[in-house]
Amino acid sequence: MTAKNGSSFLAAFLLFLTLNPFNSSAQEVKDEINSIHGNFQIDAQYYNYDSLIGAPKVPEKMLSNAFGNLNYQRGKFSAGLRYEAYNSVMQGFDARYKGQGIVNRFARYQDKLLDITIGNIYEQFGSGLLFRTYYEPGLLYDNSLDGICVISNPYKGLTLKGLVGKQRTFFTVGPGTVRGFDGELNINEALDSLAKNLKTKFIIGGSFVSKFQADQDPNLVLPENVGSYGGRINVIHEGFNLFAEYVMKENDPSAANKSTANGKTYYSYKNGDAFFLSSSYATEGFSVLFQAKRIDNMSYRSDRDASLQNLMINYLPATTKQHTYLMPAFNPYATQPLGELGGMIEIAYKAKKGSLLGGKYGMDITINYSHASGLKQYGVNDSTTSMTLYKTKWDLAELSNGVHHIDSVPVDNNGTITYKKETVKNFYAQRYYQDFFIEVTKKFNKHVKGNFMYAHQFYNKNIVQFGSKFAGYDNIFADIFIADITWKYKTGSAIRFESQALITNNSSNPNAGSWTTNLIEWTPTTHFFIAVLDQFNFDNPDKGKITAIVNKNSPLLSAIADMGMKELSGNLNLHYGLITAGYSSGPHRVSFSYGKQRAGIFCVGGVCRNVPASNGFAISITSSF
Amino acid sequence: MKKISLSFLFAALLSFMTFAGDGDKIPTATMKKLDGSKISSTSFSNDGKPMIISFWATWCKPCIAELNAVQENYDEWVKETGVKLIAISIDDARSSAKVGPVVKTKGWKYEIYIDENQDFKRAMNVNNPPQTFLIDGKGNIVWSHTGFSEGDEEKLYENVKKVAKGEKPNH
Repeated sequence: MTAKNGSSFLAAFLLFLTLNPFNSSAQEVKDEINSIHGNFQIDAQYYNYDSLIGAPKVPEKMLSNAFGNLNYQRGKFSAGLRYEAYNSVMQGFDARYKGQGIVNRFARYQDKLLDITIGNIYEQFGSGLLFRTYYEPGLLYDNSLDGICVISNPYKGLTLKGLVGKQRTFFTVGPGTVRGFDGELNINEALDSLAKNLKTKFIIGGSFVSKFQADQDPNLVLPENVGSYGGRINVIHEGFNLFAEYVMKENDPSAANKSTANGKTYYSYKNGDAFFLSSSYATEGFSVLFQAKRIDNMSYRSDRDASLQNLMINYLPATTKQHTYLMPAFNPYATQPLGELGGMIEIAYKAKKGSLLGGKYGMDITINYSHASGLKQYGVNDSTTSMTLYKTKWDLAELSNGVHHIDSVPVDNNGTITYKKETVKNFYAQRYYQDFFIEVTKKFNKHVKGNFMYAHQFYNKNIVQFGSKFAGYDNIFADIFIADITWKYKTGSAIRFESQALITNNSSNPNAGSWTTNLIEWTPTTHFFIAVLDQFNFDNPDKGKITAIVNKNSPLLSAIADMGMKELSGNLNLHYGLITAGYSSGPHRVSFSYGKQRAGIFCVGGVCRNVPASNGFAISITSSF
Repeated sequence: MKKISLSFLFAALLSFMTFAGDGDKIPTATMKKLDGSKISSTSFSNDGKPMIISFWATWCKPCIAELNAVQENYDEWVKETGVKLIAISIDDARSSAKVGPVVKTKGWKYEIYIDENQDFKRAMNVNNPPQTFLIDGKGNIVWSHTGFSEGDEEKLYENVKKVAKGEKPNH
């Protein structure tokens, strides 16, 4: 979106607004939708330098992220815009979010037959394996398509979608053009009379997505058009639900699948594909969910040089549990777009009121097991096509811990590309992530209810955080225990205690060693809350660090050092205390926090980003109308 | 240039405010039912009785606490006021397959729709789940609340009763 485009669009938008009140009095339609809504969010933090926890110096002292949305609808017409401001962007986000401006605006017409949008578009085909544009302000994830989208329902049960445009990246759009077409048929709706009494529902769909980006590389023959296509089916029969989607992508050499060896860059020209299956059975009080997926070379972006979370065209959902408590989310997993085999099974059971387990109020039990592992890879010596057409052939992984098999992989060793063998070792059949957990939720009496959880996790830090087996970290094993108890002492007033422990072998800083987390949250009225959180790194193996740090410039520690206590008995066994208070009224919410927050890793869309530790005062305001 | 667009923005904001008086109908968005078929928010209605629209996700603890709390007295609420709760899941493709199983296991009797790519969430300007809206018999959004803490469900019900009688809700 250029500034010129943006402002001319805005002018048209404003023109519409000014004219609209006059129009509306002329055409009084009784049931016409008339709606204006908006929201705001402002987050700001004042940062203190804290060398002990590793909170960096922030030259601006205070950083803030803010945005506001405004949506308008009258009858079949709607329009909206979003303004974002970063002064400067907060720690842990991409620094290319710099400045402010209108980053999203659209106009849309919707009726029963047609739905046309121009401007910034959010849309998804199937489960998103080929195309998904999405907005998540908390992660500053926005890959909206700036272009045109047409959706039509020409026949009962049939939905057709077509779109074209360029994707947002920071305050501009990416270099590539994305085109897509999707069709979905609900067979039961289409065959109304025939299928009326059919209890089984069938929905089928197919998509085609293509991107264009000019080849400006002087040496390589890069495909300028990269096409991708796939199909999906959804069968639903009472409590059963089965969804499966398979997609393929043509060769797409990109920053994601390139490697460097001996000063040369090699791209993979292999086609990519992905399979995603989700099936479930649910009846009152009991359900089973099974998900599986296989992903091979499916990083798909509208700029082949883009990295991190930028300009992604598709979405590769992780088939692992999305944790919300702090400790189990300590080492979060993200889908590995280069190659992954993963699956999850979840069983949920509700013990009825009055049963042996259920007691007076019933009890919920959830058990979940998930696993993700790498694909087995072969290096292919292809001297005839030379480096301009370097190819790799990857094959189905073995689920077993494949480390022992590395040496037995048949690698052709006589090519010039010496890193091939390493590549094989790099990715071969490794376990990336494993998570078992059991959670029990129980209400004990009118006033007290509790949530208890145990989890055992395996985390391949090298792969998930650094994308390379040779990053030099140990695999992490963790046992996690959680008790979360709410005591509702009178109507509208409650105290919540949360106690968590993470016992781990992790020996690499930041955040090495075992942790506890304790939280007390008091809600005296439904409008107000205050919470005290302490995260304690009680077993950090990194001893003796403190003397080195004393020599730097932590005033407190220098003071201690001056007192002759150069050898502190401790190490990095630190407390991270944080006090938070908030007030909410209707759709408005303000919260303040003061204290220390540990460094953390947050994953989105297959990419993880590090948020450094911080020490300071933060405020967050959200409001909608 | 930037300054100009900024002043335009504020002008736009102001002009919105001036005729925002009755601009509180439910905006249009398409969602998915649990049986895979599509539904438009324009078809949300409850025969002139109040509706609750609650945004939630399977990974959101307070959301589930809220919907559980309402479920405990839901039959009574429906009997007394005719209210209907529509629970909108904003789970994306990663977890949307869990929505059906969670709803069945918990035994929720609500209307459940999946807003997989969050079109309705954006149209309603929901910041973070849970966010709960109260709709009066004429289809106007008359009240909304973000977050959930114990006791919020009782306040919600007080407002449902007011709206059912045609009164204004408290904030």
